[in-house]
Parts: sequence; C-alpha cells; structure tokens
Amino acid sequence: MKIRKIAVTLEETYLEIGKEISPPTRRAAAVAVIENPFSCKYQEDLTELMKIGEELGGLLGKKCVEALGIEPAEAESYGKAAMVGENGELEHAAAILHPKLGKPLRAEVDKGAALVPSSKKMGSMGQAMDIPLGHKDAAYVRSHFDGMEVRLNDAPRSNEIMVAIAVTDSGRPLPRVGGLTHQAAEGKDGLR
Amino acid sequence: MPEVIVRKTVISIEEIYHEGGPVLDNVHRRAYIASVIQNPFAGRYVENIVGFIDDLKPLGLHMAKSLIEALGGDAGVVEAYGKASVVGENGELEHAALWHAPGGYSMREQMPNSKAIVPSAKKVGGPGARIDVPVTHSDASYVRSHFDAIEVGINDAPRKDEMLVILAMTTGPRIHHRSGGLETKDIVGIDGLK
Repeated sequence: MKIRKIAVTLEETYLEIGKEISPPTRRAAAVAVIENPFSCKYQEDLTELMKIGEELGGLLGKKCVEALGIEPAEAESYGKAAMVGENGELEHAAAILHPKLGKPLRAEVDKGAALVPSSKKMGSMGQAMDIPLGHKDAAYVRSHFDGMEVRLNDAPRSNEIMVAIAVTDSGRPLPRVGGLTHQAAEGKDGLR
Repeated sequence: MPEVIVRKTVISIEEIYHEGGPVLDNVHRRAYIASVIQNPFAGRYVENIVGFIDDLKPLGLHMAKSLIEALGGDAGVVEAYGKASVVGENGELEHAALWHAPGGYSMREQMPNSKAIVPSAKKVGGPGARIDVPVTHSDASYVRSHFDAIEVGINDAPRKDEMLVILAMTTGPRIHHRSGGLETKDIVGIDGLK
C-alpha cells in the first residue's frame, strides 16, 4: 500500500443553537490518501484492495481513538467511507471497505457489535465525502445516527483513493427524537 | 466588551509522506485549529470594536497551545505558521481583522525564536466557505521552501452571526521543495525577513 498522506480531524461542539453541550460532543475522522493499484484498467481480482482495507481499518481506527484521547471502550459510534479518483472504479471502494476493514477497526474501538455504516463514491480533488455514523454496538441507538463531512483540497487525484474512518465518543449534541438510547442499549446482537 | 462564546473547535493534522516524489523519513505535518465563535458585532455597524482584540487573546493562546499539543507538545517542531478568519454574513470584513493581534502573538509567544510576521487571509463567507490560510517560515518570511497554504472550511460554519478564527502550523518545508530561494540554513534571523 502506498500512502501519500493521512489527515486527522477532531471536532468538539460546545454550543448548539445557543445551548451549552456539556460535556462537549466529540468526533474524529482519519483520512488516508492512497495510490489506486488498479487505476486505468479492469482488474477482476481485488484481493490487494481488500488487504489494504484490512490495514487501514486498524491504522485509521487507531488514529481516531488517539485523536479523541480516549480508551477504546469509550468510543460510541463509528463509520467508514471511500472516494475513488476518476481513473478507478466504484467497486474499488467496496473492496477496501467491506470484506476486511471492519475487524481491525473493531479491535481499536473495543467490541463494535454493530454494522459499520458506510458510503462510497467516485470523486475528484476537493469533493466532500460524508461518513455515516452509527452506534458501534447497537445500530438502532437513535441519538448516534449522524454523519461527518471530510474533504481534502488535493485528493483524490485521478489515480488515488481516499479512505476515511470516523469515531466518536458521543452522539449528536442535542438528541431528542426518541428511540433507543445509549444507556438502554444491550449491545449484544449489534442492533439493540 | 463581550465575552468570547465558542460553539465548536476543529483541529486537523495532515501527515504527508510524499507527493509523487521520494518518500522521506521525516513526515511533513500540516495542522490547523479553527474555532467557531459568536460575532458580537453581527447585524449592525459598531464603530468601536478594538476592545474585542483583548477579549480574543485568551482564546488565541488556548488555540495555539492546543495545536502545539496536537503536534506532540514541543513548539520546537513548528517551522512555519499562518492565520485567517472568516466572518459570517451578518458581519463585516473589518471584524476579521480583529484576529491579527491575538492570533499572531498567541503563536509567537509559544515560539521564542519566531521573528517573522504571521501571514494572514480573511473573507466574509457562509457555512462551508473555504479559506486558504497562507503559511510562511516563522523565523524569516523569505524562506522559499516554507511558503505554503492550508485550505480550511467547516460545513456548518460560520453561521450568519458567527466568525471562524484559524491558526495554522507546519513542521517543515513543502514535501518536495526544490524551487530555490532563501534556505533555512542561510537564515540570519534578525529582522524576521531573511
């Protein structure tokens, strides 16, 4: 895997529509810009990209947890996304995100019974990518449905892929639309 | 003068390994911290605004320290810096200028050798507006290898009555710098220019 750069962003929200958020909600995103080994050609076997996904799941997950300065068990939600530069193929994003990225990511956030929500797209330099967020142990926790926008002005170049993971230690700033709560979640089946 | 009300902060660090050229042992890092604050002068013309400069100083200091902390805690690794501000639509460009002193001196206080003026940019913009924060060497503005810029933007800021204040730091020259000019080894370091 050839990594050109990694960008880590930490966001803390203290106020939302004038109301104090205490403690502040916090979320981190780690984005890797890698060379697409299969740009400009059709490649049937995508094993190499699956291995890249496996490496990035651990690397980017760890970067997020480090940026938050928390113990792995304190992570509450997560998500992943990939954007493929114009000489690649949407399937390249799928190969990175789905087969092998989850397991090492879950090791970094301790458990992670729930599906890691994801999105993917083709894109060019400077395009925004929204990483969907969901509770890491119980997908139905409504307060933790969210999304985090990331973008890099110089990525992805045509032959590159941007791979992003987001991790939070909290839900939305002012959740009040009901549903399953973080406290009430059992976190056994990944759903509730 | 009004207190500084912070809605959110964003810290971002890029680690750059290469840009098509040789991979270096020293990873080049580019970092920024952005705070979204309420604009106390939004929605009307206020003649006397200079007092807000002092109000912003503690925030500037806190931001500079936080950014250095995010870079590992040693201000000695910072080689270049910059600052910027984006004012939401109910404000005016002049409000962005209030960030010059608190933004610049907060970083320079943490960096005893810094003699160069902190380059800056400003604009009025809406949520998601992007601004290119200029970056130059902290000891000597003319060092060509360190001229750079970092693009910053937050999708939900600045709202109409807010402003975004930004500090930026890098830990070295552009990753594959080779455009000549004054080099760090030739810095005299007296006037902040050369």
